[in-house]
Amino acid sequence: MTTAAPPVDFDQFEEQTWKTRLAYVTRLLLRDRGGTLGFILFILIVLTALLAPVVSPQDPLEQNLRAAKQPPAWEEGGSWEQPLGTDTLGRDMLSRIIYGTRVSLTGGFFGVLIAGTLGMVAGLTAGYLGGRVDSVIMGVVNVFLAIPYLVFVVVVAAILGRNLINVILIFGITDSPIFARVTRGEVLRIRESGYVESATSAGAGTARILFDHILPNLIGPLITLATFEMSAMIFYEAGLSFLGLSVPPSIPSWGNMLQVGRQYLTIYPWIATWPGVAIAITALSFNLLGDWLRDVLDPRLRRSRN
Amino acid sequence: MQRYIISRTFQSLLLLLGVLIIIFFMVRLTGDPATLMVARDAPEEVREAFREKMGFNRPMIVQFADYLFGIVQGDFGESLHFDQPALEIILERLPATFQLATVALLFAIVVAIPIGIIGGSNPGSPLDSLGRTLGLLGQTIPNFWLALILILIFAVNLGWFPSFGRDKTISVVLPAIALGFASMGQLVRLTRSAVLEIRNEDYIRTARSKGISTLRIGAKHVFRNAALALISVISIQYSYLLGGSIYIETIFSWPGLGNLLQQAVDGRDFPLVQAIAFFISFFVIALTLLTDVVYALIDPRIRYSR
Repeated sequence: MTTAAPPVDFDQFEEQTWKTRLAYVTRLLLRDRGGTLGFILFILIVLTALLAPVVSPQDPLEQNLRAAKQPPAWEEGGSWEQPLGTDTLGRDMLSRIIYGTRVSLTGGFFGVLIAGTLGMVAGLTAGYLGGRVDSVIMGVVNVFLAIPYLVFVVVVAAILGRNLINVILIFGITDSPIFARVTRGEVLRIRESGYVESATSAGAGTARILFDHILPNLIGPLITLATFEMSAMIFYEAGLSFLGLSVPPSIPSWGNMLQVGRQYLTIYPWIATWPGVAIAITALSFNLLGDWLRDVLDPRLRRSRN
Repeated sequence: MQRYIISRTFQSLLLLLGVLIIIFFMVRLTGDPATLMVARDAPEEVREAFREKMGFNRPMIVQFADYLFGIVQGDFGESLHFDQPALEIILERLPATFQLATVALLFAIVVAIPIGIIGGSNPGSPLDSLGRTLGLLGQTIPNFWLALILILIFAVNLGWFPSFGRDKTISVVLPAIALGFASMGQLVRLTRSAVLEIRNEDYIRTARSKGISTLRIGAKHVFRNAALALISVISIQYSYLLGGSIYIETIFSWPGLGNLLQQAVDGRDFPLVQAIAFFISFFVIALTLLTDVVYALIDPRIRYSR
């Protein structure tokens, strides 16, 4: 990796259109090798999820007991019809991994979308109004953050029952405190900087200050945080699936596949291997992208939680 | 100083009360805890008797007061599955969880700190690249998958370590590595960036211009200042390890709280689930309080800013 990317500086251009901005950001991205790799992987992963029915060589649910427990193609007894091998019911591993992308990305994306929205509203309210409202909101936020996250999601998932909507709602609520905390911190920082004060004294109203001065400054830190949180939520979804607490076993998800793979670890190790590789590649993509975004958009952001 | 400790302790107690409220209402999320805890096909009379026995038919506020008084007196309810006070079962499992989390933390520290310090002092060196790679891997490899891979290589193929249980001293090695890996990555990253930051401080330049050897600067100035920053990071990692061992304990059949929580969730033993969630949160809150007090003791800037 080369040195850290320089922060975005749009002011260096006289003419500002979305085209010049896009070209500029692209140049910044290409300068950072890690960021470029993360971005390419990200596009590939999203395309895989969207085009799963097109790119999957086979039906991920179709069982074929005669071809069951087949190792990957390059091992003895493997076949290129199922390049990554088959599971215990003869279902094609590659197609299942491809379809698993959908569960992971859906859970991660919508979970973080809800968490980010809730957290941003709570953090904005707390930071902007201050006083008692701030104390109450941040009190609740701190209580949520005091419960170890994994314990929290496992218990709530067990109570609500296994389906993807519940998992998304759980992530959306339990992950929002971290967004609230970051938003509030940013709002306080922005308020203390001179320009909000000068806007107020120039007669700008609350709405104008929020939308013209505070929100634009929040976008950078929140997008960076959201990227890292998506990677975390993909981990948690897979972990919940692994414990049998996310999507039902009939749906191909990386965690469900790992759970089966664990039972046959010593005899058919590839069943547990591929889902892990898929999770790791996805997490790598989001983390590289997040690191780059952090360098470019927000050099100050420090995360306190894992 | 005393006032600081008292006020922080008071805050922690409030936090604990908040956690209790969440844990209390968590099992009431679905409306009827009896449906949650009694077998699904049980007749209505059984459910009614259960409600009567557990006091679920009383007003909510009475139930909560009762719950709170019980906890103050050390009564955390009865496990439905074990027919035994939840507290007894938890105390039995506690040493295993602390042992695992502590060994995992030591593993993370012993690997990460030297690599972080030496790598950070020589940016671009091979050791620095190794550190950055480890930092990235720690974030991208899910611990439940790493656990399976470690079992496959070091327990099944090489036979160096047992793959489950806690019978021998070396049983802790694989679970501790799997659990501590992410913390190790995080610690490498943070140590490295702390060292990079300190290297640019004026007092390092002064020391260097006085002709003090690199080794001495490293030991006396860089390490000491980095250590101050690392205490809170290590404390956060320790609470993360205490609360994050569910997958690892389940995979390795490690007889600790994480494994117990998984079994309790699986067996819908919610009184036990509540008690475990409370205890893990309690340790995390206590650890945070302890860290803050230690900080105030060693860093005068915190002590006098109050």
